[in-house]
Amino acid sequence: MEVLGYLLQQLVNGLQLGAIYALIALGYTMVYGVLRLINFAHGDIFMFGSFVAYYLIAKWQMPLSLVFVITMAATALLGLVVEKVAYKPLRGAPRISLLITAVGVSLFLEYFLSLDSMFTPNYIAFPRPFDVVAYDLSLVAITNIQLIIFSVTAASLFLLYLLVYRSKYGRAMRAVAHNQETASLVGINVDAVISFTFAVGTALAGLGGILYGFAYPQINVFMGIMPGIKSFIAAVLGGIGLVHGAVLGGLVIGVSEVFVSAFLSSTLRDGVIFVILLLVLLFRPNGFFGKRREKV
Amino acid sequence: MKALVVTDLSKGFGGVQAVDNLSFSVGEHEVVGLIGPNGAGKTTVFNLLTGFYRPDSGAIEFFGKNITRMLPFHAASLGMARTFQNIRLFASLTVLKNVLVPILGRIGYGPHAAIFQSRKYREAEEAAVEKAMKLLDFFHLSLKADHLAASLPYGEQRRLELVRALAADPKLLLIDEPGAGMNPREVRGLLEDIREVKKTFGLTVLVIEHQMGLIMNLSDRLVVLDFGEKIAEGTPEEIRKDRRVIEAYLGEEFTC
Amino acid sequence: MTFLKGAKRFLVVSAVAYILLKALFLSGLATEYVQQVVLYALVMIIASLGLNVIYGYTGQFSLGHAAFYGIGAYVSACLTHAFAVDSVYAFLPILLFGGLFSGLIGYLIGVPILKLRDDFLAIATLGFGMLVRVLLDNSDKVADVVGGSRGFIGIPRITNLELVFVVLVFLVVVTRNLIFSKYGLFWQCIKDDELASTAFGIDTGRMKSMAFTYGCFLAGVAGGLYAHLYTFLHPSNFDLLKSIDFLVIVIVGGMGSITGTIFAGLLWVGFIEGLRIALPSGILELRWVFIPIFLIILMMLRPYGLFAQKESRFLGIDKT
Repeated sequence: MEVLGYLLQQLVNGLQLGAIYALIALGYTMVYGVLRLINFAHGDIFMFGSFVAYYLIAKWQMPLSLVFVITMAATALLGLVVEKVAYKPLRGAPRISLLITAVGVSLFLEYFLSLDSMFTPNYIAFPRPFDVVAYDLSLVAITNIQLIIFSVTAASLFLLYLLVYRSKYGRAMRAVAHNQETASLVGINVDAVISFTFAVGTALAGLGGILYGFAYPQINVFMGIMPGIKSFIAAVLGGIGLVHGAVLGGLVIGVSEVFVSAFLSSTLRDGVIFVILLLVLLFRPNGFFGKRREKV
Repeated sequence: MKALVVTDLSKGFGGVQAVDNLSFSVGEHEVVGLIGPNGAGKTTVFNLLTGFYRPDSGAIEFFGKNITRMLPFHAASLGMARTFQNIRLFASLTVLKNVLVPILGRIGYGPHAAIFQSRKYREAEEAAVEKAMKLLDFFHLSLKADHLAASLPYGEQRRLELVRALAADPKLLLIDEPGAGMNPREVRGLLEDIREVKKTFGLTVLVIEHQMGLIMNLSDRLVVLDFGEKIAEGTPEEIRKDRRVIEAYLGEEFTC
Repeated sequence: MTFLKGAKRFLVVSAVAYILLKALFLSGLATEYVQQVVLYALVMIIASLGLNVIYGYTGQFSLGHAAFYGIGAYVSACLTHAFAVDSVYAFLPILLFGGLFSGLIGYLIGVPILKLRDDFLAIATLGFGMLVRVLLDNSDKVADVVGGSRGFIGIPRITNLELVFVVLVFLVVVTRNLIFSKYGLFWQCIKDDELASTAFGIDTGRMKSMAFTYGCFLAGVAGGLYAHLYTFLHPSNFDLLKSIDFLVIVIVGGMGSITGTIFAGLLWVGFIEGLRIALPSGILELRWVFIPIFLIILMMLRPYGLFAQKESRFLGIDKT
């Protein structure tokens, strides 16, 4: 019985992490869908969200609901700026140039924000604006943080689903993801759609940043690197470009990470994730939900 | 033995049947023209023959050998060479280097020969350059040998594609719309070139072409496709009078 | 020896460069630190040359090159430790082995991942690079001397100017000979249009693998030289930033140009070290703010680099 309890507990912990990865993965997958670009800087935008939330809570004591709104707006804005300044000028350039630029943006954000005049290179304790409460459910214990994460993530996914599949904006997004040229021919403003996609994707990353701060209250300018890569792996695992793929992938990666940490070794934790990536790329590069596409 | 025998070849994409139970053959030293309205599936046939697409069903026999599911580079090494509808030259390479590629592809020397610059390597390279220049000369491109392929005017790029394909010493040459985008004078020049090729190299040729004047004068036989199916086959004379063909083209004028 | 015949001029230029550098070192004008930096720049050139073959010529974007550099470094260091080697001559086979080992790993990894499209290949190589980093961090569990995240200390200082020069010159000539042969030609074809390449009899899978393996071999050799230059290894030396260092050198120097790699290697290391000397320590961290900006601007203006596909006649690297 104890083993079952331990297992379930780790599962809950894994889902908590996975939910955050899912939010970040969604941004990756949506941007990849419309631009075929791996936005390397996405993990750093997630980090930016954490820091913005930190400042809002710690320095300005803002009420929580405002923190969510402002942080997501700020990360969406950063996403838009990055898109307009760094990626848009290179549309039509070879894909590798775009990728290198994305790497450049990522490095820039990390090191620029690490300067003392900006954020700080140090680790900061993220202030939780509420106390942690654990609810004992005989087999497992769930904290209020986990409940918040699950409910906020679920709500966001529901809203995202409505947006992508039940609104005209979503239809435009899907059209552009399918074929940019045709979409513009039927009158869709492709630039606007791309910007909009970026904004939504990065807002979700910002949300992930806030929730991450609640769950793992130590933030640092380089904190986005690993979650960023893992979330990208999650998006690939589920099927890059597919929204439900990102969610599934995120949860799977989160649970895997926690399980490996709990049952094998925490130092091998990251190694296993990369092995998963290599296996996915080898055997099912289109991901779990992706179709097998013909190369030519 | 026939150069090429295609039997019941089929290929579909999603809901579209690009090639539908196609059967035809090409005899050795023949020039066969593959014609049909836009979207009839002609380039798809080329892609199937050269291994770029895998057929859903049917068989392809090349000089008696079954090549139905062969990979492109394997099919190429057996003696098939092609040009591409939208020119696919090696843009960053010079004219000469583009022609060297198929020649060197057939020359066997290993990396150690290259690293230590053995005599085998140097002789092979010299012979390759000589052969390439001879070919370029034949097509009046030798003066531009050191120019970047991408810098050539369109008509010359098309000619270079042809030279490159010939450099592979192919037994079967597949030419995809050689006359596309050319003005009438260039087309006449091209016609001459291909006639010369036919005479000098004695190849078997399968040509896709839209321009009726060009294809009628070039081909020994024609195969006409429409919506992926063969609707007619015969000499240019016969095809010119074939009702189904005329209908398929919706009243296009045949001039020659 | 026909092997060296084509590169006669390059050998002469290299000999002159060696004499100048040797004189500089012996004269006492160059401090120990400067000497080390010069050798480091030459080592970086070797590794970057490998990436140039993989990416500059063949077009395979790898973000994990530092992993192979690191593998060569650690493997050779382990061997010199195991066999208590301290002479250059005994070191040569070890150096070769380190390179071959890296090449082998590159070959094995390449089998599955080189089929991937460029952006996925980038992620796969990135993932591999990080996997190697994790393994190196945990390496002390396998052999304590390797030090894991504490670092590998006590490596003998074997790398000197003569060794680096001989290895560099030799590898440049080998690389140059490969590039000017059908192999280099096929590699560039693959970069331009992989599908069309197959239509003309190029076994693209094999050619890509060959380029990747050779490039990883070069990285491994460079790693071995590096380990025995700085006598200390730490897994953090072989992370994504190091892979990006190589990438910057290849891109700035010009994809598909050996000359470019040589120049850019010297320029880049000189620039980084120059910053370290010139800037007060507070601003030093700023370099990683400006490097990415520089990279982004480079992508917008000269995405193929400075010397793309041109070789220097003066240095004797171009085709005779």
